[in-house]
Amino acid sequence: MRHIISILLENEPGALSRVVGLFSQRNFNIETLNVAPTEDSSMSRLTVTTVGDDRVIEQITKHLNKLIDVVKLVDLTEGNHIERELMLVKVKAVGAARDEVKRTADIFRAQIVDVTPSVYTVQITGDTGKLDAFVQTMAPIGILEVARTGVSGIARGDKLLTL
Amino acid sequence: MELLSGADMIARFLKDEGVERIYGYPGGAALHIYDALFRQDSVQHILVRHEQAATHAADGYARASGKPGVVLVTSGPGATNAVTGIATAYMDSIPMVVLCGQVASHLIGEDAFQETDIVGVTRPIVKHSFSIRHPSQIPEVLKKAFYLAATGRPGPVVVDIPKDMTAPTERYEYVYPKKVKIRSYNPVTRGHSGQIKKAVDMMLKARRPVFYTGGGVVTGGASEALTDLVRRLGFPITTTLMGIGGYPQGDQQSLGWLGMHGSYEANMAMHHADLIIAIGARFDDRVTNNTSKFCPTAKIVHVDIDPSSISKTVRADVPIVGAAGNVINEMISLVQERESANPDSLGEWWKSIDGWRAEREGKLYEPSKPGEALKPQEVVEAVYRATRGEAFVTTDVGQHQMFAAQYYKFAKPNRFITSGGLGTMGFGFPAAMGVKLAYPQEDVVCFTGEGSFQMMMQELSTCKQFDVGVKIVNLNNGSLGMVRQWQDLNYKSRHAHSYMESLPDFAKLIEAYGFTAITVKTHEELAPALERAFADTNELVFLDIYVDPFEHVYPMQVPLGSMRDMLLSKTERT
Repeated sequence: MRHIISILLENEPGALSRVVGLFSQRNFNIETLNVAPTEDSSMSRLTVTTVGDDRVIEQITKHLNKLIDVVKLVDLTEGNHIERELMLVKVKAVGAARDEVKRTADIFRAQIVDVTPSVYTVQITGDTGKLDAFVQTMAPIGILEVARTGVSGIARGDKLLTL
Repeated sequence: MELLSGADMIARFLKDEGVERIYGYPGGAALHIYDALFRQDSVQHILVRHEQAATHAADGYARASGKPGVVLVTSGPGATNAVTGIATAYMDSIPMVVLCGQVASHLIGEDAFQETDIVGVTRPIVKHSFSIRHPSQIPEVLKKAFYLAATGRPGPVVVDIPKDMTAPTERYEYVYPKKVKIRSYNPVTRGHSGQIKKAVDMMLKARRPVFYTGGGVVTGGASEALTDLVRRLGFPITTTLMGIGGYPQGDQQSLGWLGMHGSYEANMAMHHADLIIAIGARFDDRVTNNTSKFCPTAKIVHVDIDPSSISKTVRADVPIVGAAGNVINEMISLVQERESANPDSLGEWWKSIDGWRAEREGKLYEPSKPGEALKPQEVVEAVYRATRGEAFVTTDVGQHQMFAAQYYKFAKPNRFITSGGLGTMGFGFPAAMGVKLAYPQEDVVCFTGEGSFQMMMQELSTCKQFDVGVKIVNLNNGSLGMVRQWQDLNYKSRHAHSYMESLPDFAKLIEAYGFTAITVKTHEELAPALERAFADTNELVFLDIYVDPFEHVYPMQVPLGSMRDMLLSKTERT
């Protein structure tokens, strides 16, 4: 099963490599990875999506917790949560395709953020499934390039991942 | 306010931390630190002949004393030579602090002379690592390194120190930090009371219980408490290789150690148990054999300080995260409160166990007859008698390691010092050095073989310089015995590169360093040789003992089988 694990990580040199190294060292999977600073400059927030049965996920969270640079973590998929990913897609947009791209983007509530005579760059936000669907829909028209941020997420309601 | 250079801070910190001895080898990036060590006399530096030996010596010291071993090496090759020793300590959870010189900060990343990203290289084999970014951080970072190495589940910590951090011209305020706090590191000590109560309930109801304890009991200093608990309950106990000495092996309740080359009765008891109480052990593949066939009728209580060890390979029914000593003491107080429902309920269980014991009694190996080559097992037994079972014993890796573990019966913890997890050939001799330097009054014996000894034999020179009187028992069978055994069993005796052509004349080699060597080829020579060897505790003596090259280590679990599937000799199996 797919899990989204969010981690508060010390903002120390090499901290990220310890997390990433752990996954390869222990033969765990990384599907997506997203890292950025938080409001507290001493910590980054890292979100990783991974796949595994309960035993594997238990081992992943235990081993992550063991890393000295990991301050706190939560498996978001254990509760109600919001997950989002942002994607920028460059599509070929000439002739009839220009309208088709525009229409599809509207259906997905995506925005066209850059235009040239032959190319549209579309920005879309949503969960992984929505982004995958958009890529599938656009594929026949002609995708030139895809840039995805990887999943980020947060628990719904009062639940917090803070110190 | 005291102003010190980074290098002087390191020397001073080691003194303030109570470190008496460090092991190392100098080089360009570490020279400021070496100069600081030269100008003080609180911390003794032992100059090894290869950095790997420095880590093993520090490791041996740590295993014997329970305190962190300290290593100092230079950048690049100095640091990479230490890697095997760091991995050895990591696999066996041994506290160690490794200080590595590094090229100056402005050169990092430029492939400078003797530059290696040692923090990167060692990342998967350390508990944690630090890189010094400013000299003023040195006291705090070192304190954190020692704190991390020695607490929770211990392990090696690497501190990378760029050369400019130790420059003699730059001085900063030095204060010894008595305490440090790391917000993300709070090792659990007390176990969950509800879980402990549940475990004790199961223990008091069990009909076929067995304790299975590991290195966590030894490193956790919980041997006395364990012995108390096991005796109160009257249960059988088996330990892992790393757990040897955690419970006195000569005791009636001890089944010896378990696993691949464990005792018949220990493996049989595990297989038939209805309750396994695992403490400070990690269900390693050399113990469990095939996990899907592991102990089919047993419920499992698993106590460990490291939650990631629990249910990693074998699912625990009652997981308890906590320090072995605390959990055992809590179990003792619960056991005291309540009496077992039926104290005789274990009678049947002990009858089975005594039956297994009787089956193998006198059949463990066939002693040599006069005129025949000595058996390695009888050599270990003779050394056991010659040292009254009280020596510190280190081993290298292979058949001799298993024989030492099987036939030297340890009554105390911290006395059997072996590379269990990583299985590092070359470990034994430098580890013995580290132990002997800390315990000069004690007999320190290194069981080794020609293969292992030749991996670290340059340390004879270190022993010469620092008068280290270890006893080296070379069980010489002219081959890489354990490799050869596997080739006999699995490769139709095709001995691919397991035979050592052109072995040195060990006696001459030892004598070249000015030490005593005794060659033993017959029965008659063994007793007088041992008497001579152990006459002076402080003299290094090398015993080159020729043993039967065809001997195998038994019992040996059958690959992919259950705990009870064992070869018992060349002709018998369960």
